Amino acid sequence: MIAVSVKNIVKSYGNVSAVDDVSFDVKKGELFGLIGPDGAGKTSIFRILTTLLLADSGTATVAGFDVVSEYQQIRNRVGYMPGRFSLYQDLTVKENLTFFATIFGTTIQENYTLIKEIYDQIKPFNDRRAGKLSGGMKQKLALCCALIHKPDVLFLDEPTTGVDVVSRKEFWEMLAKLKEQHITIVVSTPYMDEARLCDRIALIQGGKIMSIDEPAAMVKNFPKTLFAAKADNIYRLLEDLRSDPSIESCYAFGEYLHLTLKSDEDHKDAIFAVANKYSPANLVVEKITASIEDSFIRLMRDRAITKEFNQVNDGK
Amino acid sequence: MKQLFAFIRKEFYHVFRDRRTLLILFGFPIVQILLFGFALSSEVKNIGVAIQDNAHDVNSSEIINRIQKSSYFKVKEEIVSYSDVERRFKDGSIRCAIIFPVNFGQDLYRKEGSRIQILADASDPNTATIAVNYLTAIIRAYQQDLNPNRTLSYQIVPQLRQLYNEEQNGSLNFIPGVIALIFMIVSTALTSVAVVREKELGTMEILLVSPFKPILVLIAKAIPYLVLSLINFIIILLLAVFLLNVEIRGSLVLIFAESILFIITCLSLGLLISNVTDSQQTAMLISMMGMMLPTLLLTGFMFPLENMPSIFQVISHIVPSRYYYAIIKAVMLKGLGFGYVWKETLILAGMAVVLLSIALKRFKIRL
Repeated sequence: MIAVSVKNIVKSYGNVSAVDDVSFDVKKGELFGLIGPDGAGKTSIFRILTTLLLADSGTATVAGFDVVSEYQQIRNRVGYMPGRFSLYQDLTVKENLTFFATIFGTTIQENYTLIKEIYDQIKPFNDRRAGKLSGGMKQKLALCCALIHKPDVLFLDEPTTGVDVVSRKEFWEMLAKLKEQHITIVVSTPYMDEARLCDRIALIQGGKIMSIDEPAAMVKNFPKTLFAAKADNIYRLLEDLRSDPSIESCYAFGEYLHLTLKSDEDHKDAIFAVANKYSPANLVVEKITASIEDSFIRLMRDRAITKEFNQVNDGK
Repeated sequence: MKQLFAFIRKEFYHVFRDRRTLLILFGFPIVQILLFGFALSSEVKNIGVAIQDNAHDVNSSEIINRIQKSSYFKVKEEIVSYSDVERRFKDGSIRCAIIFPVNFGQDLYRKEGSRIQILADASDPNTATIAVNYLTAIIRAYQQDLNPNRTLSYQIVPQLRQLYNEEQNGSLNFIPGVIALIFMIVSTALTSVAVVREKELGTMEILLVSPFKPILVLIAKAIPYLVLSLINFIIILLLAVFLLNVEIRGSLVLIFAESILFIITCLSLGLLISNVTDSQQTAMLISMMGMMLPTLLLTGFMFPLENMPSIFQVISHIVPSRYYYAIIKAVMLKGLGFGYVWKETLILAGMAVVLLSIALKRFKIRL
């Protein structure tokens, strides 16, 4: 059963293309992640799906309803948490929750089981104004408000941006529990480490979806052997390796460099052989498994190469 | 219905928790009333007058005596030279001067009659005219008293009465104007800002993605401000009656009904502004500049419309407060009934319907 279906959606603002021919399906009860940096088009896709924006072309359905002609049905059935904290700052926690419950034609009591675990954490601050809550607390309150009417599909636009690490972890644990309640969740995030917590993810960049798969499969399908290397002068090492003809790609990743070889050799000795030409001090090389971020960077690189290739061809 | 009530209650929370809104809502009308009632009085009292009495006889003393007793004038000092008079005018301590000639008393009984010179500072023409009129009246009254038996065969005596405001109470004129101004500001500006604030804070996004009908957002926004405007109206009326001694002659029910009509017109205008703007500042600017100035200038309570260039007179016809001002003046001050204001009421109602339908129609159901 398909909860959300997107077909060939295109949206541009003036000359800027925000969403470029995007298609994907979200199964019912799935936790689906849109992963990509700021400006990738995630928010535009969310707004089109929540019937707030009209796409230039393409079709989309949510819970079986068309986002244009049957927008009212969708509005009755989805929960939406916009990227920016969007509750009434001058209303207390309790007042916000009561207000949204009433607006959605329900009461706090009716769906209390659904929000209980989250609400219990902010309950001590019931009489505090929403504007005076910490970032993590605000997100929990916003989630409560989006859930209060037991939506079929929950849209969370960058719910963990600007939230501390502990609260982020808690937030994802809450999403996992919501999944058990058979609520379909579409979530967007710029944090690659959160991607593995989704059932399936779509990597998005520049308004285009580069890949859709389960996180584990995406990592498994990384086509090359990935190595991590570091030395005392890491910037020097980065430049040297980048300019070396036998290295396919090399980029900084935390305190290490991640690199792939053009050949199919899969032993770290191959990297030692290349790197030692530049005699770096205290060279360390490891063979590692790729992460989602490595996949993302590789896909971006592939796209850039294709684009360059096309431009060269067009120029002829 | 329950949703609507919840929304309206939320609006009241917003108003009562925001000091700025409260200040505009209730501080502004009170300040306006006090300002217009006391500081910006158009009545003329205590006009500084200098007297140069070259006659020093019974008649001149009696006239000076009468001027001194009048509350309109304040006799500064008796001066002797003409250059002193001019100096006093220039430093602003007097607004007019009276000069009695040497033989004032004796000339009175001659055939040619006697003369008296009145000088007035016409840099403020209104005050000058009023002062001269008052002085003339005092002198004429004295002349009458001097020979009560003297009758001319042909004489026209104008019997003057200033109707509806015989005591020349300046408050009467501006109260309807201030009420119109305050409604324009409270209902139009605050309503537009209240809707735009939801857009700016992003809460509009959540409201739109809910079963709540978009149209109800507008209605729920308008109702609290209708109530608050009416409370404001009562405060203004109470201030006018008990502080400024304004007598309300017409039917209170009619005054209230007309006021509600005007408030609805203003609210519709506010909602319309909120539809076309995206930031609170723009909404505030449009409603303040676009609404307050025309209300002040083109309503007729500050500057008479009849004296304006015809282009402004034409423009004034689209200013709603013009009609409301006319209605309130007629009902409140003259005690007229609905029969005399139905035309203005109809125009106002028409404006309300048109503005409201445009506002509702143009309300965006998407971002």
